[in-house]
Amino acid sequence: MPITSPTWRLEDHRMASITPLKTSAELALIAQGAGLSAERQTAFGRFAASGLPHRRVEAYHYTDLRALLKDAPPLAKAGGIAPSGFAFDGVDALCVSIIDGFPNLDGVKAVSGVSLSLSGDAPDDGLAPNSVFPVAGDPIVALNAAFVDQTLHIMVEAGQTVEKPILLRFVTTHAASAYSRVVVTVADGAKLTLIETHEGVASALANSVVQVVIGDDAQFEHIRVNLADHQATVLTTFGGCMGARSSLSSGNFVTGGGLSRHQVFFRLEGEGSTATVSGASMLNGRQLADTTLVVDHAVPECVSREHFAHVLDDEATGVFQGKIIVRPHAQQTDGKMMSRAVLLQDGATMNNKPELEIFADDVQCGHGATVGALDDDLLFYLRARGLPKPEAEALMLQAFVGEALEMIAHDGMRERLEALSEAWLKARS
Amino acid sequence: MLEIRNLHVAIEDGSKRILNGLDLTIHNGEVAAIMGPNGSGKSTLSYVIAGKPDYEILDGEILLDGENLLDMEPDARAAAGVFLAFQYPLEIPGVATMTFLKAAMNAQSRARGEGELKTPDFMRRVKIGAEKLGIPQEMLRRGLNVGFSGGEKKRMEILQMALLEPSIGILDETDSGLDIDALKIVSEGVNALRSADRSFLVITHYQRLLNYIVPDTVHVMSKGRIVKTGGKELALELEANGYADYVSDVAA
Repeated sequence: MPITSPTWRLEDHRMASITPLKTSAELALIAQGAGLSAERQTAFGRFAASGLPHRRVEAYHYTDLRALLKDAPPLAKAGGIAPSGFAFDGVDALCVSIIDGFPNLDGVKAVSGVSLSLSGDAPDDGLAPNSVFPVAGDPIVALNAAFVDQTLHIMVEAGQTVEKPILLRFVTTHAASAYSRVVVTVADGAKLTLIETHEGVASALANSVVQVVIGDDAQFEHIRVNLADHQATVLTTFGGCMGARSSLSSGNFVTGGGLSRHQVFFRLEGEGSTATVSGASMLNGRQLADTTLVVDHAVPECVSREHFAHVLDDEATGVFQGKIIVRPHAQQTDGKMMSRAVLLQDGATMNNKPELEIFADDVQCGHGATVGALDDDLLFYLRARGLPKPEAEALMLQAFVGEALEMIAHDGMRERLEALSEAWLKARS
Repeated sequence: MLEIRNLHVAIEDGSKRILNGLDLTIHNGEVAAIMGPNGSGKSTLSYVIAGKPDYEILDGEILLDGENLLDMEPDARAAAGVFLAFQYPLEIPGVATMTFLKAAMNAQSRARGEGELKTPDFMRRVKIGAEKLGIPQEMLRRGLNVGFSGGEKKRMEILQMALLEPSIGILDETDSGLDIDALKIVSEGVNALRSADRSFLVITHYQRLLNYIVPDTVHVMSKGRIVKTGGKELALELEANGYADYVSDVAA
């Protein structure tokens, strides 16, 4: 599966000339970077030259990390212990804990057709010519490449169907910066479901990257859940490339994190592939959750579907940036993207930025974005049938979020996420 | 018994008066029809009884068995026995019809201090009610009213009314958008619910519906008031002569 398509770049964010003052977070990061090995200095140098991305960098306009990251906590130390009472204990899965950035394979049972291993090699920083990332020079990925210690490799052999999902439980147990990297290969004709859950204490900063190469005719389902403390920072990137006739389904569910950004960067580079990307965020207080998506149709006859739902209470902020790129030869592309938000209070904010960049002339692409309050007429209809106002609102919101959760194929996870969304609504009323 | 006394209503900003001193009494077991030209305030009356928040009540009262509905939230009115069959039932994607029916029935039971329905009892009642109205099981699994035809939506309203067992059922132009077969099914559904302790307020433009749901009383509404009251023969007279006589009466 050759990786030959041109690389799309974020707008240049090296604007050091106009941001000469380093913030305390930047100074802390630079001090931490001084201890890095020579092979990690390239990735770090790229970050150090530009600093944290800010609102004048288009891709970070609505999530100004320079202003929002007050500090970069010290690098995490090994030895942390995950809390008990995991929300997904009942899911029948092969569970691997990644505590404070340290993946732990001790006691993880072998499953036929899958190999799990660790390595300390320099990870893909998104800049090398053979990078799987369709977006080059992303500062979150660059920082991750600089600071990751051990990379977890998950390799599914060709033609293998892995029956149980692999569940990666990411936990940041102390107020520290934890960097994690997972490299997944789903070889030709193989099938895998990967779940990543994120927990973290207040003041923790987690930066994790999951990258995947999906082979020809392979099927990959991915589910990401953010349940971190409302004072934690969670930066995650999910990226990779897809072979011919392959399928990807990636679902995201967020109720956690004070500042979180989930990036999905995908390149469809084999004909006849299908990508479905969905997400639901339910935020309150002063939470901010950003979903940034780039789906790059590099070859003809691929399908992509994106559906995102945001429920924003109090003074919460939702950000959706979604971009579908259709390359000049990618004829017969079928892409549809939708982002919908419900604002429950006057103080809540939604920033929607859907984009289409189409260079082919025989395609079907569309996008939509809506922001609004709950429909008063629908609310009255439900109340006229006897539902008290909080119950009527919860029913409407459950349906609204359900549209996005419906796209998650794994029954057990979908049901648990529906239960979590119900619990969120119940806590509200 | 529903008693409406001297009801004055404007739309929320108070700029336009819609009901101007309306008086109407409907006794238990009575089927009352309200007819009137467009803009006479018929639909507003139905919304005001059910508690839609877009209106300003300037004066008057609406008593259901002696309780003033105007002091109650819409859900409390429903629990007290008011049911409004909407002229345009709303679609709620993502809320399965069964889920909605159960939520509504349980909410009303709770509000009345009764226990929640057991699932098998609920299923049985829905199944029987749906069969009577020719509603296939498949429709009950779909999102509420999503993709339903006009006739299917109206049948679903009647099913809800049958399950919620109100003491007053208000039908707001239930005949609009119905073909003759659907009109018969819906009318039979309503007739089956007629009883000595349940009354109906049937709002319509046309006499046709009243061939199937035969009213005890007919009231003519114009400019926000009842201007004439009679028996079922009044509907036939209106069909023959139109509203012109009554509209000009008020104007004069």
